[in-house]
Amino acid sequence: MTPVIETGGLTKRYRRVTALSECTISVPQGRISALVGPNGAGKTTLLRLLAGLATPTAGRAAVLGGAPRQDPAFLAEIGFLAQEIPLYRRMTTEDHIGIGAHLNPRWDGESARARLGDLKIPLDRPVGTLSGGQRAQVALALTLAKRPQVLLLDEPVAALDPLARRHFLATLADAVAEGGLTVILSSHLVADIERTCDHLILLASSRVQLCGDVEDLLSEHRVLVGPRKDTTAIERDHTVVQADRTARQTTLLVRLNGPVITGPEWEAGDVTLEDLVLGYMGADADPATGELATVGGLR
Amino acid sequence: MIKFRVEGRSGVPPSQQIAQQVRQALRMGLLAVGDQLPSVREVVSATAVNPNTVLKAYRDLERQGLVEARAGHGTFVRGRPPGPPPGTHVRLGRAMAACVREARAAGLDDEAIESLLRVALQATAEEDIA
Repeated sequence: MTPVIETGGLTKRYRRVTALSECTISVPQGRISALVGPNGAGKTTLLRLLAGLATPTAGRAAVLGGAPRQDPAFLAEIGFLAQEIPLYRRMTTEDHIGIGAHLNPRWDGESARARLGDLKIPLDRPVGTLSGGQRAQVALALTLAKRPQVLLLDEPVAALDPLARRHFLATLADAVAEGGLTVILSSHLVADIERTCDHLILLASSRVQLCGDVEDLLSEHRVLVGPRKDTTAIERDHTVVQADRTARQTTLLVRLNGPVITGPEWEAGDVTLEDLVLGYMGADADPATGELATVGGLR
Repeated sequence: MIKFRVEGRSGVPPSQQIAQQVRQALRMGLLAVGDQLPSVREVVSATAVNPNTVLKAYRDLERQGLVEARAGHGTFVRGRPPGPPPGTHVRLGRAMAACVREARAAGLDDEAIESLLRVALQATAEEDIA
């Protein structure tokens, strides 16, 4: 099946700053992909390129089979929710639903009313009087009312309390369960990602470090703990992503290139999503990551 | 109908947590053959877990012969995991709770109680081998 979102060597430079460098990713249909990386890693740039809000300096992007562009037919299929939630504070939710009906060819205002009704969010109050969590839900319900095939969310839950985040993610996951929707969600919150996302794109230093199904990525990595400082044998067989050496103990995050065969002095453990995210974020200065970017990207 | 509780930081992937909770409910007799599991939509709305993850958990249970998907109707319990009938688990659970209460009263914390349990597991495993 062709991926819904695919990029090859996608690069964006602003004057002398490279915001995104040779980004190659692929997201299959129906996934909720977590876009993770330190601040300034290029997450917002990638989302803006995919939404057609910016044009690449080099490389290509394909969303739903075509290049992202500012034309109504393409934009009708894309939902984009920017970090600063774009609502008119003095207008009510019902007003927003009315505007959406004028601006969008296949607008499903009823679904927005039903979603917000389930959450007991009043439709007749100015949006500015709602809580942050309620405003985020209104923005998500409006974005979903467009009936997009692709939803791009730039840190929508970062400012919300845990309960509001849970409700927001439940609404999102439920929309995906309905079918026909593919999501990229940028976030810093590993626990949220572990719960709601089944695909991961990890950016660091404007490059892709990892891209793939979460369960596959977890099964391809191990944490090795041992007393030995000499790790050449392990480095010959596997890719060391991160090494933490103390006088008595060495802890390695490795990407497996075959079965784990280590001496009895090494203890191999499964990795958690947090191990993986922190390991690759911490390793972004490592020369090995250039190669990993290709491995991750071409999978 | 059972409800799933999915922890974000347990280190156990959500799909395994869901499958484990179904097996546990079967062992304890909370779910019986013919009972319906919550629909994917219901689990997703209640827990915010990815729908593909819930489907994967249900497929794993199906492969183990514990549940079956009936097209258009949902997922139903087909069998129980091997082991004694649910009454045995309930009885042993009570006995173990009494033990834990006694240990707490004696001033042991959770870590000390867990290590006692591990020692007991190991000791009896050696008995079986010998």
